[in-house]
Amino acid sequence: MSAEPTLLEVEDLVVRYPIHRGLVGSATRQPRRNVHAVEGVSLSLQRGEMLALVGESGCGKTTTAQAVLRLVDPVSGSIRFDGRDLVPLSSRELRPLRRRIQVVYQDPYESLDPRFRVRAAVEEPLLIHRLGGSKSERAARVRDALVRVELSPPELYLDRYPHELSGGQRQRVAIAAALVLEPDVLVADEPVSMLDVSVRAGVLNVLDGLRRNGLAILMITHDLSTAARFAQRIAVMYLGRIVEQGPAASVVRNPQHPYTKALLSVVPRRDPRDRQRPQILKGETPDAVAIPTGCRFHPRCPVAVERCSVEDPELAQPESAEEGHHAACILLAVRT
Amino acid sequence: MSEASLFVEAPPEAGTKSSRGFLLRTLRHQPAAMAGALFLVSMTVTAILAPWIAPYPLHEQVGPVFGPPSWQHLLGLDDGGIDMVTLLIWGLRTSLVVGFAATFVSMVIGGTVGVVAGYFGGGIDTVLMRITDYFLVIPDVPLMIVVAAIWGPSLFHIIIVIGILLWTSTARVLRAQVKSVRERVYVKRARALGAGHTRIVVRHVLPQVAPLLIASTVLTIAVAIFDETALSFLGLGDPSNISLGRIIENAFERAAISTGAWWAIVPPGVLVAMLILACSLVGGSLEDALNPRLRVAHLSARTFRLRPLVGRGEDAL
Amino acid sequence: MSEPLLQVEDLQVWFDLEGGGELHAVQGVNISLERGERLGLVGESGCGKTTTALAIMGLLPPNASVSGRVLLEGDDILAGGEEAMRPHRWVDVAIVFQGAMNALNPVRTIGHQIVEALELHNRGKGATARARTGELLEAVGIPAGRAARYPHELSGGMRQRAAIAMALACNPKVLIADEPTTALDVMVQAQILELLDGLCQDFGLALILVTHDLPVVAQLCNRCAVMYAGEIVERGPLEAIYHTPGHPYSRMLFAASPDLAGLDEPVLSIAGAPPRLDRPIDGCPFRPRCDSAFGACAVRPRLEQLAEDHAAACHLNSRVPA
Repeated sequence: MSAEPTLLEVEDLVVRYPIHRGLVGSATRQPRRNVHAVEGVSLSLQRGEMLALVGESGCGKTTTAQAVLRLVDPVSGSIRFDGRDLVPLSSRELRPLRRRIQVVYQDPYESLDPRFRVRAAVEEPLLIHRLGGSKSERAARVRDALVRVELSPPELYLDRYPHELSGGQRQRVAIAAALVLEPDVLVADEPVSMLDVSVRAGVLNVLDGLRRNGLAILMITHDLSTAARFAQRIAVMYLGRIVEQGPAASVVRNPQHPYTKALLSVVPRRDPRDRQRPQILKGETPDAVAIPTGCRFHPRCPVAVERCSVEDPELAQPESAEEGHHAACILLAVRT
Repeated sequence: MSEASLFVEAPPEAGTKSSRGFLLRTLRHQPAAMAGALFLVSMTVTAILAPWIAPYPLHEQVGPVFGPPSWQHLLGLDDGGIDMVTLLIWGLRTSLVVGFAATFVSMVIGGTVGVVAGYFGGGIDTVLMRITDYFLVIPDVPLMIVVAAIWGPSLFHIIIVIGILLWTSTARVLRAQVKSVRERVYVKRARALGAGHTRIVVRHVLPQVAPLLIASTVLTIAVAIFDETALSFLGLGDPSNISLGRIIENAFERAAISTGAWWAIVPPGVLVAMLILACSLVGGSLEDALNPRLRVAHLSARTFRLRPLVGRGEDAL
Repeated sequence: MSEPLLQVEDLQVWFDLEGGGELHAVQGVNISLERGERLGLVGESGCGKTTTALAIMGLLPPNASVSGRVLLEGDDILAGGEEAMRPHRWVDVAIVFQGAMNALNPVRTIGHQIVEALELHNRGKGATARARTGELLEAVGIPAGRAARYPHELSGGMRQRAAIAMALACNPKVLIADEPTTALDVMVQAQILELLDGLCQDFGLALILVTHDLPVVAQLCNRCAVMYAGEIVERGPLEAIYHTPGHPYSRMLFAASPDLAGLDEPVLSIAGAPPRLDRPIDGCPFRPRCDSAFGACAVRPRLEQLAEDHAAACHLNSRVPA
């Protein structure tokens, strides 16, 4: 593990997917179109911190995570891990670094090979990276990982097949398999959205505990309530850009960007008496193919003015927000 | 706090299904397939033990030409006065040998092509699939006739010819399955971890496609046996090896039908049919069990059953 | 008091299991629904809420057996089996299935599918049906011109609206919505909930919202029934259940969802798992996971009235203070 506090630094990341034109399209010279999945995202992640990347489907949060994991190639931008830019590295050079950034996926029913027992599933990363020493040393690491995800005593779980476990247990096994390599960063892609409500907190508390022990977590989620409760910082994405980011409590209690305000207003509250006036936006997030001019949110923005269709705002520090809380909206008075 | 708090969630229950008992369980659910499996096994054992259990010598005349069935010769004698039961046992042996060997060849080719095409995708996939299409389009029997006529009939040639024509369906089926397995999250995770291709294919992909490969193989055996029978019947089979098709051909040529010697021509035909049927039943039931979409949807007969209420409230059953 | 629109009495459902045995999925459910009322049927996976919804519609698979009564305006539609149920299905009670937005026929336009529903139930043919389809689409917020689109050309939210339009084709009195917003983004979810709210008001629909998401129920429904292990463990007005829960499961379920209004509160998970329903349950089904279980819980509790409209099945309510 490194001693640097800022483990991950992403700058101006751009990821685009070409849309396949096909034979007819090429022949008729249709213009090449791209899905602008990520259009200039910058974020940083510290040790012992959870950053929640929040947004609706199509906003680019999953693609950002995939870029960080180097599963997709960015068009431009840099991804610095422990000071080193990952983007230009080759497959071979990435391999030792891959060990230090691990991922947990959304679907607990699909992320484990149904034919592998828990022991094999958690051991596999060690075998792939040829780590862990002798067989008994590996077994000890596996047991240790299971204890850290609160699957204790591990003997009870080692010989089970995934289908014999509940969703929450499977997700914990997936986390254990990620932990066994002692990563510095964990990317959690919607880690609890497919679990029952009563089980979610258990898994989230495990992640929180790991974070307190120094793990840096990048959590992708669409659930603002979970993000607000467990993350230290939140970044809200819309159509490939971060529109607001800052300390979790500040973003949630003092939202600056109209999109964040609207999102927060429609999150259902548990208290039936707490029926706030939801600000329901019209329509749905447009395709990331034809991005609106100017501010990409302006067609749906309840407070848009004419300038918004021309100017594309940058993230800046608004006067009405605390230090470190940025938003990208031209209507906000900026602190100088 | 209740003792349940010792476990974060309930401890898993042990001893639920594993993949080893899968084959037996599948067959047990379908008696027809079970019967088919037993039939195949017994026929295979018979074929293996042919030299010891054949009642009469294979090349010696032991009675009159087209002798009718009797207590000594349960299925009578053929056109050369040779005991039919003996002929059937030896013929079965050849037919099964060709069937299994040709299937093995096709399984190896088809399996490799299917897995490679499905796993790597892209250009490799396109090239392999075009080759597969090419082989698919060729009509089997005419090609076999041509090749057998040119290359010369021998057991080895027959096996190769049948093998290189039958691999296509296995390749297609496997490719589809491998493509789908490749997109599963745990495979992507292994790739993200940095696992090499070999490891992923051997440890993650093959175990998932193996059952389908087995089902496909069993069905291919049926076709291989049929193809061999057809070839032999057309006189292109190996003359030095008696196969079931050859027996039928001999009887046909030597006017068994006009003589009324049904025992020389019907039993081998029935035996071939039963072998093919047995393979189809077993292969079909394995395929059904493996492909959930093939199961009959319960949407078809949407009638729930009513239970008569005996007693009310607490006493209700 | 007028007769409730829909009354479910002592509904029980068993599923025959492969290899013998039975799964007792629904163990005596009682529901009463007035005209224009919104009832939330809440619970986690496996509690029996979807099975209950399907049983009311008579849409259970052949390996299911049912007992109990489902009274629609006084008539028991369950008693006569499929024949008695069919005239009421879709006409009086309609359902938006879980994942309906993904179950639309991909090779037919959404307009065609709604027309099909109308024609099947003799609500018009040809031009009449198409006109009605246009009305239905507008009612759910889809411009009528989109009737010629295929499901894959529409977004998730639009497809869900189309599924709702299909359910409303025959002007039912009761609409059952099974997890209508689960796979949708929070903004689209808000749109759909607003739509359902509007439809209930405009058409006088009674709504049964089946979901695991308590906050969604808190936003849309006035009454709610919490299910656990095949039975209703608490029912009543949402406010009562939230502020004075009568069952530990309801209380713990509320506490298990993080809430923007209470960010500093700890989020609980409930240890353990629901009991197996293929075996008879001994005592209170929630006992192994309950944080307040005591001696009396060895006997299975029954639903008891706590207040005017609030009932719960828990011995804690009748515990005599020491």
